[in-house]
Amino acid sequence: MKILVAVKRAIDYNVKARPKADGSGVELANVKMSMNPFDEIAVEEAIRLQEAGKAGEIVAVSIGPAACQETLRTAMAMGADRGVLVQTDDEVQPLAVAKLLKAIVDREQPGLVICGKQAIDDDSNQTGQMLAGLLGWAQGTFACNVTPEGDTLAVKREVDGGLQSITLKLPAVVTADLRLNEPRYVKLPNIMKAKKKPLDTFAPADLGVDITPRLKTVKVAEPAARAGGVKVADVQELVAKLRNEAKVI
Amino acid sequence: MTALVIAEHNNQSLNAATLNAVAAASQLSGGFDLLIAGHHCGAVADAAAQVAGVGKVLVADAPHYAHALAENLAPLVVSLAGNYTHLLTASTTNGKNVMPRVAAMLDVAQLSDIIGVVSDDTFVRPIYAGNVLSTVQSTDGIKVITVRTTGFDAVAATGGAGTIEAVAARADAGLSTFVGEELTKSSRPELAAADIIVSGGRGVGSAENFAIIEKLADLLGAAVGASRAAVDAGYVPNDYQVGQTGKCVAPTLYIAVGISGAIQHLAGMKDSKVIVAINKDEEAPIFQVADYGLVGDLFKEVPALCEALAK
Repeated sequence: MKILVAVKRAIDYNVKARPKADGSGVELANVKMSMNPFDEIAVEEAIRLQEAGKAGEIVAVSIGPAACQETLRTAMAMGADRGVLVQTDDEVQPLAVAKLLKAIVDREQPGLVICGKQAIDDDSNQTGQMLAGLLGWAQGTFACNVTPEGDTLAVKREVDGGLQSITLKLPAVVTADLRLNEPRYVKLPNIMKAKKKPLDTFAPADLGVDITPRLKTVKVAEPAARAGGVKVADVQELVAKLRNEAKVI
Repeated sequence: MTALVIAEHNNQSLNAATLNAVAAASQLSGGFDLLIAGHHCGAVADAAAQVAGVGKVLVADAPHYAHALAENLAPLVVSLAGNYTHLLTASTTNGKNVMPRVAAMLDVAQLSDIIGVVSDDTFVRPIYAGNVLSTVQSTDGIKVITVRTTGFDAVAATGGAGTIEAVAARADAGLSTFVGEELTKSSRPELAAADIIVSGGRGVGSAENFAIIEKLADLLGAAVGASRAAVDAGYVPNDYQVGQTGKCVAPTLYIAVGISGAIQHLAGMKDSKVIVAINKDEEAPIFQVADYGLVGDLFKEVPALCEALAK
């Protein structure tokens, strides 16, 4: 079973994003970028399935500017076998990402697609579900456990009340939640090896996909900051403040 | 110009989050209908008909709707979408699972996690873990929306007079099967709806130590939450997680114990009315959002707090 993994180049999770002064977008110049953390989990899961003999080739796909090559090289250093970059400098919203991924799926014919459950930049949490919808495939979102069983996939999902178990017909799309696995650290020799792995590049037009955004950003702004609070000396003062000042208990 | 709100329920009662999604729908210029897709869900339909302001209550009753599987629910919503300009649901794990599939099948974008309605086509949503608010305008004919429940005050569950109407179920897509669920059982209030929340972080140190968090919560009639670190360490189940990728909460009082305050955690709780932080590290970022900060050892301060509250 070939696995396709989608990886996004996103702001590093340790960086606090700020709007540009003119409110037209988020300031990303000179900001550290990394692979979206949920996508790292997705890559790790694909590799573990391969190591367990449950998967064949792993193809990592990224969509965005030329710098996404670095993200793909990271995925290949972790263990993906090759990379596909759909290169564009234009804004690509989740629906367009899903359409581009579908075009790659149509070419590659994987048995399983694994995505991160959401990207930590736009926090949309849409792409995997949209891809499954476009393909007419089953979807296992927010997965914390994935077990192939013949032509089906057992998926345990993190849901609001606890955990849900479902069985999906393959091929399917899975989106990775935090506790699916803990991604490995990349070792230096593997970084060198990854440089030699194949990486194909397409333009959205090559794939016949219109990526025109459907959502127009009117403005971005910082939320109202919380007024600074006070330190209390001890528990007695805290209780007094909560009772008499905040009146919340 | 009517909106359809897809209700969340367990086939017995309406999930409170639906009333927040309805609140968002109520801010649009048209009316709204509710969709109840489930199995043996008549009681939910009756409750939905009472929701303030509801027009029609559409009911699709079939065994394969019992667990809101996206592969079955999405085609049903798509088949009804032609009558509506907006499709909304709460940003619960169910809503997040189903709605993007609906949007893709309709070839429209989705607006995730809205916290404000500017106009019928323009909405406010948090991005970058809530550090930035984005105002976005949709150019699509149908707006597919998930609603962050903390952004809208719930409408009244009663006072409405909706007309219940059965709609035809679609065939089982046969792509997915519900196997089972392990739901966390607790006599405490539900995290998403609680007035007071006591959350523990890595500083709590172990699953056993979480008992002191629970004791404080019980004294206050509060729900128990946790940071990602505490969940990852296995102190508490996943559904306790508050944060960017867990639950977003906005209680009247949020008490963060042994939580340093990573961006990702703050994203899920900084809209709380009053925040209290108890942490031994006075430099911890949690103190920057806390109304009341107490620097100290949680193993000493929390029991002392329990004692002071019991007085």
